[in-house]
Amino acid sequence: MEPVKGINMMDIPLLDFPYIIRWRDDRCTRCGKCTAVCPTKAIVPAVIARRLVRSEGEIPLPTTVRGVEQVIKQVSDIDHYCTGCGTCTLVCPNMAIVPEHNPASKFLFHKNRGGVPYKRGGRRNDPSTSTLDKLKFTRISMLTDPALDAGRHEFYIRTLMGRNLPAEDIPLIVKDGRLIVEANKFIPPVREIFPIRIGGMSIGALSPPMWEGLAMGVTYLNEVEHIPVVMGSGEGGVPSRLLKSRFIKYFIPQIASGYFGWDEIIHALPDMVEDPAAIEIKYGQGAKPGDGGLLMAYKVLKLISEIRGVPMGVDLASPPTHQTKYSIEEAVAKMIQSVSMAWGFRVPVYPKISGTKTALAVLNNLARNPYAAALCIDGEDGGTGAAYNVSLDKMGHPIASNLRDCYLDLVKQGKQNELPIFAAGGVGKQGNLAANAASLILLGASGVDIGKYIMQAAAGCFGDEHNRCNLCNLGKCPRGITTQDPRLYRRLSAEKVAQRVVDVFKTAEMELKKVFAPMGRSTQLPIGMSDGLGVSDQDIADRLSISYVC
Amino acid sequence: MCRLSAITADKYFSVMDNIRALDTMKEGHDGSGLGFVLKDLGGDFKDLKEYPILSGICTDSGRRKLDDYMKQAGFKVKFMWEPQICEKAGSSVVKRGHYLTTAYQYPDEYINRSQDEKEALLTKTRLRLRDEGLKNNSLYIFSFWPDIITMKEVGDPLEVGEFFGLDKKPLTAKIAMAQGRQNTNYAIDLYACHPFFLQGYCTMTNGENTAFVPNRDYLLRRNFPGYRNYKSDSEIFCHTLHFVHKRLGYPLRYYKDVITPLTNNEIDGRSDAEALRLIKKSLRPLCIDGPNCVIGFMPDGSVFMLQDSKKLRPGIVGGTTGHYGLMSEECGLDQAVPKRKREDDIFPMRYDFVVISPNAKEVQVWNQLKG
Repeated sequence: MEPVKGINMMDIPLLDFPYIIRWRDDRCTRCGKCTAVCPTKAIVPAVIARRLVRSEGEIPLPTTVRGVEQVIKQVSDIDHYCTGCGTCTLVCPNMAIVPEHNPASKFLFHKNRGGVPYKRGGRRNDPSTSTLDKLKFTRISMLTDPALDAGRHEFYIRTLMGRNLPAEDIPLIVKDGRLIVEANKFIPPVREIFPIRIGGMSIGALSPPMWEGLAMGVTYLNEVEHIPVVMGSGEGGVPSRLLKSRFIKYFIPQIASGYFGWDEIIHALPDMVEDPAAIEIKYGQGAKPGDGGLLMAYKVLKLISEIRGVPMGVDLASPPTHQTKYSIEEAVAKMIQSVSMAWGFRVPVYPKISGTKTALAVLNNLARNPYAAALCIDGEDGGTGAAYNVSLDKMGHPIASNLRDCYLDLVKQGKQNELPIFAAGGVGKQGNLAANAASLILLGASGVDIGKYIMQAAAGCFGDEHNRCNLCNLGKCPRGITTQDPRLYRRLSAEKVAQRVVDVFKTAEMELKKVFAPMGRSTQLPIGMSDGLGVSDQDIADRLSISYVC
Repeated sequence: MCRLSAITADKYFSVMDNIRALDTMKEGHDGSGLGFVLKDLGGDFKDLKEYPILSGICTDSGRRKLDDYMKQAGFKVKFMWEPQICEKAGSSVVKRGHYLTTAYQYPDEYINRSQDEKEALLTKTRLRLRDEGLKNNSLYIFSFWPDIITMKEVGDPLEVGEFFGLDKKPLTAKIAMAQGRQNTNYAIDLYACHPFFLQGYCTMTNGENTAFVPNRDYLLRRNFPGYRNYKSDSEIFCHTLHFVHKRLGYPLRYYKDVITPLTNNEIDGRSDAEALRLIKKSLRPLCIDGPNCVIGFMPDGSVFMLQDSKKLRPGIVGGTTGHYGLMSEECGLDQAVPKRKREDDIFPMRYDFVVISPNAKEVQVWNQLKG
């Protein structure tokens, strides 16, 4: 049967959309900036016929006329939905427009046109309070042991990245009452770093000024502030100039299933003057476990194609798994050994996996592998530049219990200091970077990785857990963070990003002191000091083996 | 806060010297208990050096349990000593049962065994008896080792000393470590009372170790049966000393490098920097934190004092050749070793490791920065 003509009941009402534009006719000057800047073209200039009230004489004499008026209209096309990014608000000279979140949205019912599942960037859309944010630091030193002064006392806010030999195996001999290290014995490389790292976000996924800003900030932190922050490269290689510079020691090149950029890295080896901080072998990512990477063709411009060693303008898909994988021993042990060998066993090499119930199996494999330098676990709240919404929202394991299980398993084996665990995924999700990092450290992490947080703090990324913006996959990032379009990334200043990176880490260091000082900890990072934590949720307390408080 | 009193001498002295020193430091502790460990014993024990002495407290049923176990294990009683309990009206001390100080002869099959095997047997026996005793609180075992006596009880230290009749029938030794407080931060548990002893190593601490949980978790899995049953965060200090010195074979001075490691820049100044860097990394979980003054003795009779890395607790060492005191406070030292050159007193600071050699021959101050 034919539907009624005139009203198309298959149209999507604006009330189904995730964000609804609030536009104020009385304030709008019709300058057109908002419509020009909207990344999804969700708003358009339009004309409408309507009754207008006018009074043009010397005394008020209102008359009504029918006229044509210019307005800003939100389109009801699901492919041009308002993402709530708010760029329109930013450019509006007269505070005339703002997107408003619509909690009754039916977005996911509609965003599958053409049988194509919804894909996006960002992280899991879950605005509820995370487990990490529920944890409190409840062991406060006061009288039985005086609290320390975060501003006056010395604090050691550093961690170790790399395999620590068991004390019983350190090749030491006693000579004249002193300990001497025996010559020609293998000692795994270990780096002393700041316990918060910038996780792997690729050049390609990030715009040139964003990556450059992060890199500059990290370098400044190391060289000027003497805070040894390290940063992951993500998949896709590292610019040749950086590879051959002395600054590569602050970076962790990542090798992932697409092996993009690795030919270039291997060829740069003879010209490298410093070793990288570490090498990360990516087996999984918290945001999209079991998925490979994908860099869309329109992001593969000249610079990216050179770094990755691929032609310009083609989709770069990394498979979900390393194609050389036959068994865990093949995948992990052999890759770790081969990559270690490339740098003469001077560089820590470790795998990164997504949070999973099977993390313990990987962990135990690594615990037995003397060349494995660490394990990085990326929980379900990890971010990404591009993934299926279903993967982002529903796949993966929360980091807190995954990390805790792994740490306690190492404790059971007495190997908790041999194999450091780095925890990622949702650290600083609600802005509490230092507190989340400290919680994970007290649960047993040697350090944490951040991605989304640094994009939000250093470059003002609009993304949040109400699916705001999250256009990273389309190359249309209105902030210029995740795009290769010069018209967009010119909005971002690498210098300002670098400055904010420095702000973030200096603040985090002070806040970590403010957490550790009242707990009476200063001479070592309190890894596994779970007696310092409490939570007012009995189930979480039981699961994490920490105290229940109320 | 705890108050500590250690004396080392080349002649036997009464542990009452320590207790009286604790009494002068009374303002600094709450008089809630006394624990002491004696080494290189005099008096009746002078000629029993090779016989392990079991120290503890038991009820009648605990005593039967103990006797049965020891008999079955092949230990034979060599000598028994019991304090002459003196219960006074108004005293804070309540008699708990029998106070055991019994020297045993090794089982026949162990007499010619190696030292390691004998030590393992003593540790295993002590732990087994402790476990048995805990089932109904009928038996507390503090130490089982040759030439060592340990006593612990709740109450004002001086009153506890008099309760044990030590003022009338003294227990003498050449090394005595006493601590004047129960662990009143938590419910009182005799096993939480300092000093702590393990296989010839003994420490007592004035402070609180905020790194207890990581320390404990590390020691628990070091495949040594003695590292367990932690009732106090301070027990860690003794077991870490044992681990570092006996298990790892490091010289004593590295104990400080493990529990209060230097900064990287400071390590660079040491001639053994390469080894220190590795130790700092591999023994990271044994680093202590919080305010702590640690006093201890070694199997060879050396006695030491060191401070936490911020020097947050008091401590003083002073005396003359053949007679030294290591105390929390100067008034305690004045009481225990009045005849000394006060200008030679040492107040160990954050880098200092004060060691008095066996028989109180000489005192050395090792500076951690110099190694």
